[in-house]
Amino acid sequence: MKKIYTCIICPGGCEIETEIKDKRILSLTGNTCDKGADYVRQEVTAPARTIATSVRVKGGVLPLASVRLTRPIPKDMILSVMEQIKKISLTAPVLSGTVILKGVCGLDSDVITTRNVRAVSE
Amino acid sequence: MEQKDAVIIGGGPAGLAAALELYFQGIQDILILEREDHLGGILRQCIHDGFGLGRFKKSLSGPEYAQAFIDEIEKYKISYRTGTAVMEVSEDHRITAISREGVIVCQARSVILAMGCKERSRGALGIPGERPAGVFTAGTAQAYMNLYNRMPAKEVIILGSGDIGMIMARRLTLEGAHVQAVFEIMPHPGGLPRNIIQCLEDYHIPLYLSHTVTGIHGDSRLTGVTISRVDERLRPIPGTEKEYACDTLILSAGLIPDNQLSAEAGVVLDPHTKGAVVDEHYQTSIPGVFAAGNVLHVHDLVDFVSIEAEALASEAAAYIRGVELAPCQLEIRAGKGIGHTIPQRVSGKKDFLLSLRVGSPYKDCSIVVRQGDRVVWRRKMKKVIPAEMIQFTIKAEQIQKQEELEVSVE
Repeated sequence: MKKIYTCIICPGGCEIETEIKDKRILSLTGNTCDKGADYVRQEVTAPARTIATSVRVKGGVLPLASVRLTRPIPKDMILSVMEQIKKISLTAPVLSGTVILKGVCGLDSDVITTRNVRAVSE
Repeated sequence: MEQKDAVIIGGGPAGLAAALELYFQGIQDILILEREDHLGGILRQCIHDGFGLGRFKKSLSGPEYAQAFIDEIEKYKISYRTGTAVMEVSEDHRITAISREGVIVCQARSVILAMGCKERSRGALGIPGERPAGVFTAGTAQAYMNLYNRMPAKEVIILGSGDIGMIMARRLTLEGAHVQAVFEIMPHPGGLPRNIIQCLEDYHIPLYLSHTVTGIHGDSRLTGVTISRVDERLRPIPGTEKEYACDTLILSAGLIPDNQLSAEAGVVLDPHTKGAVVDEHYQTSIPGVFAAGNVLHVHDLVDFVSIEAEALASEAAAYIRGVELAPCQLEIRAGKGIGHTIPQRVSGKKDFLLSLRVGSPYKDCSIVVRQGDRVVWRRKMKKVIPAEMIQFTIKAEQIQKQEELEVSVE
């Protein structure tokens, strides 16, 4: 089966033409870098994405600290991971880069904060 | 009155990168003025990842990208004032700003415009209909959700396929809203292909091209919108109207460089970019006033904003040290297929980076720079789209005569 994938790694958005049989890539053309080939291989076998959201912060100068995943997770796990992240609440001060949930949903990806939030009294 | 070598207006990615580069080039008498209470600009609310692949070789969120620069600003003790809004810039580099402490007047040897851009609003789009609550620009909805912890929507329609609109489609979906569809007036998407995949297709949100909103309904809160198909001249086609019930309409229909201050100062603006006309030194029509980042032209990637601001800083540093910048007499014209170019004027004596956007998508084409009949530069491109900024370096030796340059798609 022929299929065109649009690479999501960079804004270039290469259109990568592939021929696939039983989840095996027979041919792959149109990528301008190796990351494009890696992306298609992943997309064919087990599509993965990273997500970003926020968690509540108590006693901070901001009500939220933004968070993201350290590694992509299977696409069909996104909503389950969101559910886990929603349960988290932090107390200020929050430092960017802190792991707040290791191996979320048993996956090989951590939830880390991406923003500093000072405590109100600081 | 404070005297400064350089005053930078705006503490977003462009302003921060310009400040640091000036500092590294030995210009340390700098002041950054930022109207928000925090440095970082729009990156603060862009919590999704994908930033910094060029500079940091990894996919950071907006706040992390900004913090990397803020940490350096703090480390070198570069002075900045937040909560300080610039009210006026004069032709002779006098800056008037207000903060909670009162009025600040500053005289700068060089003024660096780094105010970023603003979103096209409902008024600017001229959408007819009633005026209920529930009509937001994508950036406003993004600020509500990512900065203030407020959920602005349940049933959503998005007008415009700009990147922020698509990113908000995903964000709203992840937080439990139902995004029915994205409608785009143009026959091609406004944002990047990767966002169509990871923000719309991943969540089964349809994108309809050549459609627009022709009616807004609701008394206190939005109850629905009318969508029409448009013809090739973007006029709604009578009889194609369809009603959609929704409580929120998100607008993501373009960004405009925010140049109110520049215009009032007398800086000449380009009608296509809506930013300043600049030469290869990123200098505007007012000597010593420079512009870079989204205030100059809207970028697709923050990495390019930072690089452009650093290039500006090198030129501004030379200006501040009293080096005469090469006069730029050669005009660059945007020819067939080209939306705009930056810079618009060059000296012809120095290598320069040409940034441009195409007006519509092309496949298997060439970008060609000509002086009269002579081809100065040519590059074959497999695919070009308006959503992507294109940049390449033109070498001084390629420009052989003092004649205007024209860039076109062939």
